[in-house]
Formats: sequence, structure tokens, C-alpha cells
Amino acid sequence: MATIFQGLRGGAAVALTNSIDSKKLLSRSTSRSLSERKVSFPVVRSDGSVNLNPGGSNARARRVDQLITNAVATKADSSAASSTSKPGHELLLFEALREGLEEEMDRDPHVCVMGEDVGHYGGSYKVTRGLADKYGDLRVLDTPIAENSFTGMGIGAAMTGLRPIIEGMNMGFLLLAFNQISNNCGMLHYTSGGQFTIPVVIRGPGGVGRQLGAEHSQRLESYFQSIPGIQMVACSTPYNAKGLMKAAIRSENPVILFEHVLLYNLKERIPDEEYICNLEEAEMVRPGEHVTILTYSRMRYHVMQAAKTLVNKGYDPEVIDIRSLKPFDLHMIGNSVKKTHRVLIVEECMRTGGIGASLTAAITENFHDYLDAPIVCLSSQDVPTPYAGTLEEWTVVQPAQIVTAVEQLCQ
Amino acid sequence: MAVCVRQSRKSIINHVKAKMGLLGLTCLSSSMPSLNNDHRTLSAASLAKDFRNQNSVLENKPTLYRTRRFDSTKPHQRSGVQSNVASSQFLDFPGGKVAFTSEMRFISESPKERIPCYRVLDDDGQLIEGGINVGKEIAVKMYSDMATLQTMDTIFYDAQRQGRISFYLTTIGEEAINIASAAALTIDDFVVPQYREPGVLLWRGFTLEQFANQCFSNRGDDCRGRQMPIHYGSKKLNYLTVASTIASQLPHAVGVAYSLKMDGKDACAVTYFGDGGSSEGDFHAALNFAAVTEAPVLFICRNNGWAISTPTSDQFRSDGIVVRGEAYGVRSIRVDGNDTLALYSAVRAAREMAICEQRPILIEAMTYRVGHHSTSDDSTKYRPVDEIELWRSARDPITRFRKWIESNGWWSSEAESELRSNVRKQLLDAIQVAERTEKPPLVDMFTDVYDAVPSNLSEQEKWLRETIKIHPKDYPSDFPL
Repeated sequence: MATIFQGLRGGAAVALTNSIDSKKLLSRSTSRSLSERKVSFPVVRSDGSVNLNPGGSNARARRVDQLITNAVATKADSSAASSTSKPGHELLLFEALREGLEEEMDRDPHVCVMGEDVGHYGGSYKVTRGLADKYGDLRVLDTPIAENSFTGMGIGAAMTGLRPIIEGMNMGFLLLAFNQISNNCGMLHYTSGGQFTIPVVIRGPGGVGRQLGAEHSQRLESYFQSIPGIQMVACSTPYNAKGLMKAAIRSENPVILFEHVLLYNLKERIPDEEYICNLEEAEMVRPGEHVTILTYSRMRYHVMQAAKTLVNKGYDPEVIDIRSLKPFDLHMIGNSVKKTHRVLIVEECMRTGGIGASLTAAITENFHDYLDAPIVCLSSQDVPTPYAGTLEEWTVVQPAQIVTAVEQLCQ
Repeated sequence: MAVCVRQSRKSIINHVKAKMGLLGLTCLSSSMPSLNNDHRTLSAASLAKDFRNQNSVLENKPTLYRTRRFDSTKPHQRSGVQSNVASSQFLDFPGGKVAFTSEMRFISESPKERIPCYRVLDDDGQLIEGGINVGKEIAVKMYSDMATLQTMDTIFYDAQRQGRISFYLTTIGEEAINIASAAALTIDDFVVPQYREPGVLLWRGFTLEQFANQCFSNRGDDCRGRQMPIHYGSKKLNYLTVASTIASQLPHAVGVAYSLKMDGKDACAVTYFGDGGSSEGDFHAALNFAAVTEAPVLFICRNNGWAISTPTSDQFRSDGIVVRGEAYGVRSIRVDGNDTLALYSAVRAAREMAICEQRPILIEAMTYRVGHHSTSDDSTKYRPVDEIELWRSARDPITRFRKWIESNGWWSSEAESELRSNVRKQLLDAIQVAERTEKPPLVDMFTDVYDAVPSNLSEQEKWLRETIKIHPKDYPSDFPL
């Protein structure tokens, strides 16, 4: 029952893929930011071409211009194209999460889920619906209400060989688990001298919803981003939701997967074949020349809406969904900055200490010479999210503000 | 008009029994053994016999509603709903039948008598009665390890005072809890410690050199120089690395037990904590979880009377920690923590129950923290010196056990002096070697944060190395790069 990859620091990814039927699995991976990982299986590029030698440096150069035609195009076409002749299958984002979860639970009997109401109730957002009936009460565990406790329980289970997925009913509730996440989840691999790994996935819906009140509209990525030892990713489409879920489960590090309350019913056509998304990569949503717009989660849609207006006005924005909140994909971001020389960050976090603040600092530090204008960061105000509908709307960055900001930036 | 009546536990039972009739009587008495003040019936043998038969447990199921969930990873059939028969005597509330009473009676906040303490050896190390038979080999190993632990504590404490290590925390007075509980477990039982249980590691084979290396944070340290002294950990010996946070390990233990349960292993999780740790939220949630998930975990509380300077009277107002077990639906027992044999017996029995019945067990070991909380504390500031001395000498668990093994002819004063001087020499050597061993290299600052070193950390390491190159005088000369 000891963790499978214990002790295989450099070769972890190799061992993982060798145990998979490589004919079935087409996955994207990179040897960029993870210098010690060696990739030995075919990599599906985002445009569908297969690269059999992904470790080479030419792969690195080529990756810059990749389009993810999948996510944007199919989203726009989803209303028009529901013909059965198209490959793949259509589903909603929460179903995509469930599909990823189910595939991983089938693949590895150590994967289990714990959280409030995840069992027979199926989860508050139905992500775990049907799993308790299929895998039993023990593997899809309903817990009493004590976030610190079931997070701690997940950590303990992970250290002795299981791979738990801990669901916070709302991300905001995980504030109660902060001690476990910071002091134990993030640290124990390090302080134990590498003896104990904690391959947990902590996930849940966060962000501003529709009048859920301040306590249920938290953006926890700001609070967690400083914790050493954890990785953070945010999904935004059914495609990357499933891919990130699967990648997070397979990762040996603790990963926090941020979902958004308002994105669960997004529909998209995703491939039938198995795939995973890389945890440390950003997603190129729309390539462009004039300005780099960096965003993630729900704000991606506001940005894309603004992009339509901007295109009509003659601008050519490059939109990147950063996806990986910790660490930032400075490679893709940097290449974009070097191309456009202008950066706009659109986030849902508060102004102070949010992801945007850190991203601004990181870009300024690394790519200062390439900037023609100061970085503009659009965030929510430093206020608790109000309940009244109109007030709540104004607390979140709207497409009109994005358009104005781009216009000012490109003057 | 409120009626507050002080009632002993027993009379409450009698009252309810009268109302519920014979069926209630059978269920109550068989399902709540801890309420039975006659501890002689709880000998290990009879317990093992009763509870090995799973069916008898189910037949004696208390009237509390309980589904046998969390049994497996296979899809399950939902158990049938209970009958809707309402009676004038009780009603089906969510959670089970509750009898009515027309007498308004508040349950007392404290019992007439405190829960008694299980003990088998008296103050002079003479066997009273009961307890599991312990053979010579185990008894002698237990004693040697307790004496070794005591010597180790003394020498390391002095090393800290001499400035050779920065911090130390002793286990003086609690050696019996450490060693006896460790002896009653198997190597497969996963230990999730607080910080005052190095004896468990010692029993399992952690060497004095390994203890020294961790305290000196040198290259041989299993934690690679990343943790304070006494934060030992060993995956090989199934002992989780100590974290400084209080009680956060209790939910971990439940998780470990959950993992063992999923794998169907013949092993349990064991976790330790102090009287102070029992106030943390994690304690309550962990006990509750363990009960609900039917996890095989032993919660061993070292009630040593003090949480740094806070005495137990300021920590809680309940009758210690053992009474809380029932509140969460956890079977519990109070043991004399300075009685090696009693502890050994109790932990053996508890382990059996935890694994066979898949349930948590709470053990409160009553003891006294003879040493200071740590080297950063001077306990004479808040407690009388003669109290400390009393427990150090007259109530020392090691002396007590020594009298017992000597009375069996298994130990002698020659063996004693030989052991003590050998261990002392070994320790002094270990310290000398550990002190001179190189510290961990710079790269260990950045590894193991993640499974592989990410680019941002590589950059930070590069920056640090450059800084050291430019300002070599600002960094210690023996700093291995």
C-alpha cells in the first residue's frame, strides 16, 4: 500500500506513463518547467498533431503559436453544431469533472472522494452524482461538517497510499481547513525529508455567484497562493475541467483545483479519447497582436465577450487563460508579452493581494524591458461581496470595463 | 421551576431501564461496557471472546439507529427503513428512538465519582491482579527501552543546555506510555505522534545515531535538516513525521485508519496527544469522524496534568478526557499511565477491538509531566518543586516496573548499571559524531517542496548561490553548497 512513486523523484512521470497503455492515452505534457521530468510517450499538441519527440528544444519554440481550437471554437459552435457526425461528445462542465473523476477512479482503486454530501446526495453541484452507488460508501465518503478534519483525514490517508479528492462544498469553507492545508498538506513532504507524499486534490466551487452572499463568494486563490508545496489550477471549460481533474489526481503533489459556481453548466464537445491537461500550462484562447489579456476562470468569458467588441473596433487582442495559478506559466505569458508589449490582467480576486497582484509583479520582474506601457490589472474591489444584484454585478469586472481598459492601453 | 438533580450515571441507567423494559435492558448493558464500574469483567480475555463474534455484536446493537455503512468499496444495498411504530413510551426522532419522561431532570455536569483508573501494578511494583501475561523477553526489552529513553532525554537535554543543540523536549515521567503502548502494537500499526513519543520510535528500532542526527540537523538527518529537533519521522518504521501543530495529527490518524480500512489490513492507526491537545477543534472533529466512519484508530491521550503552564483545571471542566469518548460514540478507558503492564494490556485489548470491530478506541493514560514542557520552559515558575520531585522519584514509572521485573528474577543491579553505562556511552558518542557531521547541502532547501524542482525554485536557488559567491563572508564557511 506504500505510495507507488515514493522515492522516484526524477523518474516519476516515466514510471507513471509506463504503467498506462500508451496506445489508449494521448496526453499533453512538457519538460519545460519541470526540468527533471522526462517524457517518453507521444504528446498530442493542441492543434491535434502528434509530436513523437517532445523533449527537444524545437518543441519548445513551436509551442508558442499553438491554438487551442477546441475550447473556443467548439464553445462558439456548440449551439449550432450538435450533429452526431462530429467526433467527441457533448457535456456540461460538472459532467466533465465527473467523467474525469470516474475515469480516474476506474483506473486506480486508491482514488477516493471525501466531502460533505458527496455520497448519496451526489454533491451540491452534482459533480459526484452516481459515484457512491458505483464505488460504495467507503470510496465516496460522506463526512460530518468539519472541514479541517476531513482535509486532515485526506492528508493522513494520502500519506499512507490513498489518493483522496477532498471536496469543499464551497471554496470559502476551506478557510476552516487552512491550518491543515498550509501547515500539513504543503509542508509534510518537505519536513519529512521526502519520506511522505501527499497526492491530494482539493477542489470545490468558488468565486462570485448569483447573490450567494459574501461568505459564499470567496476567492480563495488569493489566500492560498503563498503556501509553499501546493499547486493551484483553475478550470474554465469542460475540456480543461476534465483534463485538469485527471492531471491533478495523477500528480504526486497536493493540487488545489478551483472551479467556479457559475461555470458548472457550460456545454462543450470534448474528445472521446482519454486526455489530460498539463497542470503548469496556460491556454491560448485567442492569438492576437495588440495586447495580451491574461485571465482565468469565469473572467475568461467576460474577456471573450469584450474581445468581440474589441475586434469590431479594430483591435486584435491576444487572450490567454492562465489556468495554472501556482506556478504561473511564464513561458507562454512571456512569449505573448514579447509579441504584444502590452498586458491587461482581468481577474475576479480582490485588488489587494490577489492573483493579479502577484502576476503583475512576476511579469514586471521578468519582462520589464518588453513592456511599452504599465501593466493594467482589473480586479474586484476590496469589499466583501454584496448581496444585492446590482451591487454584486458592479463588484465583478464587466466586459465594458475591459474594452475601455484595452482602448486606453493601446493609445 | 427548573429542577437540577445531581444523579450518578448508574441511577440514570436504572431509570431508563425501568422505562424501556427488558429489551432496553439487554441492549444498554451490553453496548455500554464503559459504564460498568466493575472493571474486573473487562479482562482482555473476555473482551476478546465477546467481540470476536461479529454477529453477537450486531444482535446486541443498541437501540440507536445505525446503518452498517462504510463496510466496503463495493456498491451496497441500502438497509431497510425502520418501522414507523409510534408508542406512547417513545418516539422515532431522526437518529433513533428516544423514550419520553415526564420528569424534568438535568444530567449533572460532573459525576458523583470520577471514572476509575485501570491499574495492575501497585506503587511498589507488585502485581495486584489481572493484566496480560508478559514474557521475560518483552518485559526486559520494555524496561531497557524505558531506561534508554530516560538516559537519552537527560543527555540531550544537557546538550541543549550546553548550546550544542538549539532545542529539546523530554519525555520524563511518560516513558511507560511511550514504550508499553509501542510494545503492544505491531510494526504495521501506523503511528501518528504529537511530539512526546520518541519512545515508540525507539522501540521500533530507530537508532540513537538517528535521534542525534535529527537533533543536530545534519546530513544524516532523515528530515534533511528541515525540521526542529525532536521532530522525528520514519516511513520505514510507520511513524509519521512530527509536526509542531497541536492536535492537527488527529484527523490524519483518522485518514490513515480509513486507508487501512479500505485495504482491509490487519493493522490500526495509533495517535497520541496531550490533555492540552484535547481542547483543539481537531480533537473533537477527529473523534466524531472516527466514530462515524468506523475507523480502526486508537486515540491515546497522555493526560500529564499540564499544557506548558496551564493545569488541567484551566483546560477543561469535564472528568478528564475519557468521558468525552462516550459523547462521540467512542469506546474508552482510563489507565494508570505510569503502570507499564496496565498500559500494555489495555493497548493490546484496544488494538484487538479496533481492528476486529472496525471502531475507534480512546485511551486516557493518567500521568505527570515530570520535565519542563521543553528547553524553553522552566516549570518551577508555575508549579511547586516538591510536586515535581514527588512524581520524579516516588512515582517514577521506570522504577516501579524495575521492581516488578527484579521480583521475577529477570533483572539485577548489575544489569542495570551495565545498561545505563552502555547507553550513556553510546549516546555521548552519537552526539559527538552527529555534531561533527556535515550539515545538509544547499540543494536540500529546494528539493521535496514538490515532487520535482519547478523552474521558479531553480531560479531562486541560482540567485542564492550567486549571492553567496559574491558575499562569501556573510555565510558560514562550513556551509556545504
